[in-house]
This record gives sequence, C-alpha cells and structure tokens, in this order.
Amino acid sequence: MQHQSQPMPDPDSDDTNVAVRVDRISKIFQGNEDEVRALDEVSVSIRRNEFFTLLGPSGCGKTTLLRVIAGFEPPTMGALYLGGRDISRLPPNQRPVNTVFQNYALFPHMSVANNIAFGLEMLGKSKGEIQTTVYDMLKLVQMEHLKARRTSEISGGQQQRVALARALAPQPEVLLLDEPLSALDLKLRRDMQIELKRLQHETGITFIFVTHDQEEALTMSDRIAVMSAGKILQVGTPREIYERPAERFVANFIGESNFLDAALSGGAVRLKAGGPAFAATPPKGVADGEVSILVRPEHGRVRMGAATEGELPATISNVVYSGEATTVHLRLATGETFKAKMSNTPAEDGGSMVQGAEAALSIAPGAVTVLKD
Amino acid sequence: MAQAPDTPLAPGALEHELEQADSRSRWLLSLPAIVIITLFATAPLLVMVLYSFLTPGDYGNVIWKFSTEGWTNVLMQRDIFDDTLIWADAHLSIFWRSVKLSLITTLLTLIFGLPTAWFVATRPKGQRELWLFLVTVPFWTNLLVRTIAIQELIRAEGVINNVLIFLHIIDEPIQMMFTDFAIGFGMTYVYLPLMVLPVYAAVEKLDFRLVEAAHDLYASRWTAFRRIILPMIKPGIIAGSILVFIPCLGAYVTPRVLGGGKNLMFGNLIELQFGAGRNWPLGAALSFTLMAIVMVALVYYVRLTSREEKTDV
Ligand SMILES: Nc1ncnc2c1ncn2[C@@H]1O[C@H](COP(=O)(O)OP(=O)(O)OP(=O)(O)O)[C@@H](O)[C@H]1O
Ligand SMILES: [Mg+2]
Repeated sequence: MQHQSQPMPDPDSDDTNVAVRVDRISKIFQGNEDEVRALDEVSVSIRRNEFFTLLGPSGCGKTTLLRVIAGFEPPTMGALYLGGRDISRLPPNQRPVNTVFQNYALFPHMSVANNIAFGLEMLGKSKGEIQTTVYDMLKLVQMEHLKARRTSEISGGQQQRVALARALAPQPEVLLLDEPLSALDLKLRRDMQIELKRLQHETGITFIFVTHDQEEALTMSDRIAVMSAGKILQVGTPREIYERPAERFVANFIGESNFLDAALSGGAVRLKAGGPAFAATPPKGVADGEVSILVRPEHGRVRMGAATEGELPATISNVVYSGEATTVHLRLATGETFKAKMSNTPAEDGGSMVQGAEAALSIAPGAVTVLKD
Repeated sequence: MAQAPDTPLAPGALEHELEQADSRSRWLLSLPAIVIITLFATAPLLVMVLYSFLTPGDYGNVIWKFSTEGWTNVLMQRDIFDDTLIWADAHLSIFWRSVKLSLITTLLTLIFGLPTAWFVATRPKGQRELWLFLVTVPFWTNLLVRTIAIQELIRAEGVINNVLIFLHIIDEPIQMMFTDFAIGFGMTYVYLPLMVLPVYAAVEKLDFRLVEAAHDLYASRWTAFRRIILPMIKPGIIAGSILVFIPCLGAYVTPRVLGGGKNLMFGNLIELQFGAGRNWPLGAALSFTLMAIVMVALVYYVRLTSREEKTDV
C-alpha cells in the first residue's frame, strides 16, 4: 500500500536505521456484538531520530497504534520491533518508550519537579543524577521557576511542557506524543510546535507524533503516515504527501484538491476537459486508460478571455477574495469544477477576476498527479 | 429593590441591595437546618452535659443537685472505707481495649474493603449499581439479627465448627465465642460496607490514565499502586476509616452478644452506667470523654494523612 518514491535501496530495510518497526499489526476490539478493527495489518518503519507523524481523521486508529507501541494494548496479530528487538510481549514499564498523553496525565498529588523525577526514580537512578537531570529538563522546557508548584496550579501550556519534560527525562529511545497540542489555543500551539521541533532536534530522540491537523503535520514532520480506517495509506515526506498523494483520500485530507477525469496512455495524461498533454508518472498498478488526476488549486492559472492553444476553456462561477489570495471557482467544458488559487500580487492579480466571465485555465507542467483510484 | 425601576442607581447601590437581600434570604433558607440541628443534635448534648454535673439517683435517673462526682469517676474511684479518691485504671483499660479492637477492625475492613471496592468500581458501568446494592444488603437487616447470625456461625456447635469437625480438620470445637476474635470478626462484618462505600467512590473517580502514565514511566504494578493509586484514593480510605473506627469505639450490641459480659468495650461501659450501674452522671461524663478524645484524634488524623507528598527534588 505504501507509495515508495525513494530510490533503491530502501533505507527501511536496514534495521540499524530503524527505531520502531511495526510488522503487520492488527488490533481488534471485541464489542458486545460487533468487533472493531482499529488497526488492519499496519506495517511501517520509523527511522532513528525522525520526527514521524501519524495523520488521519478521528477514529482511524492513531491512538491505538501509539498505545500498541507503548505497550498498553497487546496487538491481536503482528509483531513490534524496537531497534531490531521483538518487544511485542513486553509490558509498558519495560519498554524504553515514553508517552506524552493527550490530556498530559500529570500526577496531581506531586509537584512539577517530582513529576519529572518519577521515571528516573523508577529506573533506580541515584539522587544526584535525578537532581541534575530534573534540573536540565526544567531548563529545557523553561520551567525552572515553577518546579515546586503542584501540577494543578499551572496553565495548560505549562502542563504540556511538564508532560514533555517528564517523558523526556528518562531519555527514552522513542517518544510518543498523542495530540499533545490539541488542548492549546492557536498562538500557544504555534509556539509549542516550534519548541517541540527544537526539543526533538536537541535530544535526538525519535518522535512519533499524532495529530489530525494536516498543517501541523506538514510543518513539523520529517515523514508523515496518512491513516484511514485502521490502515496506513501512504508514508512519505510532507512534500511527497502533498505533491504526490497516492490516493484520492490522501489528497483530499491534505490541502485543497481538484480531481479531474483524464485518460492515461504511455506516461502522458490528457484531461477530458481539454488542454495539452501532461507528462506524469502513474503510481504502481495504474494501467493506461481512464484515470483520476489531482491538481492543487495553486497550480492553476486563470486568465480572462477565450482559451488559446494549451489552455482549458472555462467560465468563472465564483470569486472568493481572502486577502493574500483569491480563489477562482471555474466551470470547465466537461461540467467539472476547478478551484484555482491566485495570489493577489500585481503579477497574478487574482483580484481582477469577474464572476460569470469567460476565462482560460492553464495548468503548470508537472502539477498533474495521477491517483490510484 | 424598593426603588422605582427608572430611578438611576448610584454605582454599587444595586449590588449592595442585592447583597443584603441575598444574606437575608440565606438566613431564611438555612433556618430549618438550624432548627433541626439545634433540636436533634445540640439539645441532647446539652442535656447530657447537664446530667454529667448532677447526682445519680437510686433507681437510675438523676437528682437535681450539682456534683462533679460523675467526672471524677471517669478516672478515679472513692475508696469504700475512707471515702478518699484513688486512681482507678479500670475505665482506662477498657478504653484501650476498645481502641485496640476498633483499630484492628478498621484495618480488617480496609483489607477486605479495598479489594471489594476495587472490584465493584472496575465493573462495567451498568453492573456497578447491582454490586453496590449487594454490598449494602446487610444494612437492610437489623443489627442484632446480623450479630446473632454471626454467633450462629462461630459458636461451639455453630456452622464453622461443625463443618471443620465433619471434615476431620479438628476434633474439638474451637472456642471462638466470647473472645476478642469474635468481637473483631463481628464488627468487621457489620462495618465493612462503611469502608467499601467511600473507598468505592474514590476508586470510581480514579483516573486510570494516571496509572498508565506511571507504567509508562517504568513503575511496576505494585509501585504504581503505592505511589499513584494509594495517594489518589486516600481521601476515600480516610473517610472509610473514620466511618468505621468511630462507631466501633462506641459499639455495644456486637461486643455484648459476641464478647459476652466479660469482654467489655467502651460502649458497653457507657451503656452499663445507664442500665444496671444506675450512674447516669458517670455515663454522661464517659460519653463526653469519648467524644472529646475522638474529636481530637480525628483532627490529628486528618491533619496527618492529608499532608501532601513533599517536594524533595
Ligand atoms: N478500548 C476500545 N474498545 C473498543 N473500541 C475501541 C477502543 N479503543 C478504540 N476503539 C475503536 O477503535 C477505533 C480507533 O480508535 P482510536 O482511538 O485509535 O482513533 P484515533 O485515530 O486516535 O481517533 P481520534 O483522532 O478521535 O483520537 C475507533 O473506531 C474506536 O472506536
Ligand atoms: Mg486518538
């Protein structure tokens, strides 16, 4: 199912590079009558020192996958490897993996410092070592001044940082983060995103990060796995995911999309709505014939007037101004709709479009992605 | 409130008005509660204070003559020959026995009650009510009847001895009646629900994600219990201990039936003064002594146990 755009050899086949390998793991929850297949034969390799993001809609199994890796849920089938070692049967307290919980799960009866010290104490570290590490962690998350506070007496953003420090203090091989930013307001969220990236960089720990915010995933991740209904649909860098989504679902989930009918023959795509032939590399398993293609709105250029050679004839059905950009809604000759996003710079001048007028659409070469379905 | 609606109010005047009305209605609303507390709690206590300073009558009752004899008799006795006051530790030793037995009972109810409460609290939501109901079933039966049922279990020809003899585990019945064991056993049974209920309430509120977090941070099951669960359910345990310990200290039905006449507890001692002993002032004074000790102990206990985990990093 994975869309591999890396050149051979595949770096994931080499275990020294891989922090966590999920091998055909399924998790089935037994309900009263029905059963829920929360994970369906998921396989993925997460590399060392990687900021890896699990992205997907609510209920797609992100938390379940994280809980399987942490050891809270035994997988129904499949195996889990940490640094090449099979840890499928290891209880959570024996896995060198720590979690930042969505609701932080800080111990309310302990101070900030004692929360951070907890994991170190459990590992039997010496008092001196615990003190130095806790101090370092407090400094890392800039919370020195609040170390004696109870965790119920600090703000949400501060709690989030304590949760991070607590999970980082024992220096796990892998840090799991389940939507750690979702409870924060937008401004704080932006700050924490940057801070998280900095922490990951400074500690060199592998981060597995869960979010259902596509923008967050794109800006923070080294690689993203897009999940849907218990399956991983595609794994790739933010650019690969955004620019070369393998399926309609992935394209739809990340960013704005135009889907158009086209015909594929010998590496060339011709849109039903007209225009020139585009060169395109179809994903594996897509044969010549009728295909769906994706064009991102910012790759469409609209010009008022009749279409000439290399352009698609269209009618402007709506113009939506949004400050820096204008989205022009077009109706193509086939009746298909197309959203083109034009920047409001003097060069593109998206703001000058007139609703109802005849227009010509041109699509940038290389902007056409053939989808699998 | 009295002002016409269109009269402009001075800043703060409306708030002041509302505040006054608020405090007035607050008094009015709490009046029934005040009356009830006065009538049913304070008044009997005052009567008892009064009685403790009167002279005992010959057939029970009191004679309206001031005396501090009731209070001095708590720890001292008048010598029958020369009427001097001498130190007497009979009451004190009964008190210690009661405290000891009550503490043991409290501990036993905790040992049995905590797993029970845990079991009930971790059932699926729909089933918990049923289990809770089962826990409280004994409350629906009269205390005396329940105590006699225990007697039926542990007496020489009782169920337990008969079964053990039948199975050839013992040859002769074990003497369980009229021992401290019998009292402890009976009181543990009687007061167990009072421990289970508050502990259940605490366990039910427990955030199990915190337990997961502890496991995630390398805590074993036992450590997670000791460091996370126990501190979080401590309020329930404290409440349960208080609810069990205090009635145990004053219990008299169970010790009387299962302990016989010899193994007096403090409750029996007080009861005795109002019954066969015919010394109401002493009974009243003993009651107050017990109450005072319990109150002081309570304050100390709550202070001690509600102290937070100290920061040492
Ligand atoms: N303990 C459980 N028992 C039964 N079903 C469960 C359990 N935990 C999760 N599920 C089901 O498994 C599926 C995946 O759940 P999961 O919590 O992994 O989703 P998610 O991707 O984290 O969603 P969200 O973004 O809302 O957190 C859902 O359909 C959920 O209802
Ligand atoms: Mg989730």
